[in-house]
Amino acid sequence: MTAPAQLDKPVADDQASTQHPWVAIVWNDPINLMSYVTHVLMELFGYTREKAEAMMLDVHNKGRAAVSSGTREKMEQDVTRLHAKGLWATVQEDS
Amino acid sequence: MRFTKRRSSIEARLNRVEATMLRSMAGDLLELLEDDTDGSEQDPLAALVGMPTGPVERPTDPALVRLLPDAYTDDQDAADFRRYTESDLRAAKRSQATVMLAGLDAVPAGGRIPLEPAQADAWLGCLNDLRLILGSRMEVSEETDLYPEPDDPKFQGLEIYGWLGRLQESLLAHMQAGAR
Repeated sequence: MTAPAQLDKPVADDQASTQHPWVAIVWNDPINLMSYVTHVLMELFGYTREKAEAMMLDVHNKGRAAVSSGTREKMEQDVTRLHAKGLWATVQEDS
Repeated sequence: MRFTKRRSSIEARLNRVEATMLRSMAGDLLELLEDDTDGSEQDPLAALVGMPTGPVERPTDPALVRLLPDAYTDDQDAADFRRYTESDLRAAKRSQATVMLAGLDAVPAGGRIPLEPAQADAWLGCLNDLRLILGSRMEVSEETDLYPEPDDPKFQGLEIYGWLGRLQESLLAHMQAGAR
């Protein structure tokens, strides 16, 4: 499974918490079709259909979901690409 | 209007009314996305080095905000980001709409439009932008009755909104069938 946003190697919890990675959040909206959101996540991030659908359902059911994580610059690029596709997305520091 | 699969490409088939309606909506979209930066607001240094200088202010039209949303929940971060990115985002969306318009212009009375994969992608994105604008204008929410009575003031708008949604769903299904 391709997950370009993942860290290169696993890190211990305490280490991860001091790295403050950033995340790209997709917000639920009443207009975008569920099939389209899944398609965009597969296309932009190379996710499998299963993974993209799970994220889409998270967005739909919980109102929002992190769809990728990494440096702030990378997340800004990802959010720009999501905006170009019409998804409602924001960058934030992972808490 | 419907989409059919022809070897590696997808074909859009539409009648005159559908072609006219889509062309009109895509034209409105292009106009809405025109860069409204006037020269006086440009950062001279950024202009000198050729950096894009978009407007700092969030658009006042809610439908346009939905097409060009804030990238941060914090207002200052959102404004800073918008300043350097909004112009490119507008250009990307205009380019999608231009691809769709070019296809429609070739068949003014309706007909068949072959779509290569890159064109199908542009149509998919443009149909989505049209739904975002119309949905925002119609104030569509999770609770909206998408099939109102004919005397409802939003009847016609929601009819078109539903039609665009079916088109997008159909195009996407054909694109995915081709990817398999």
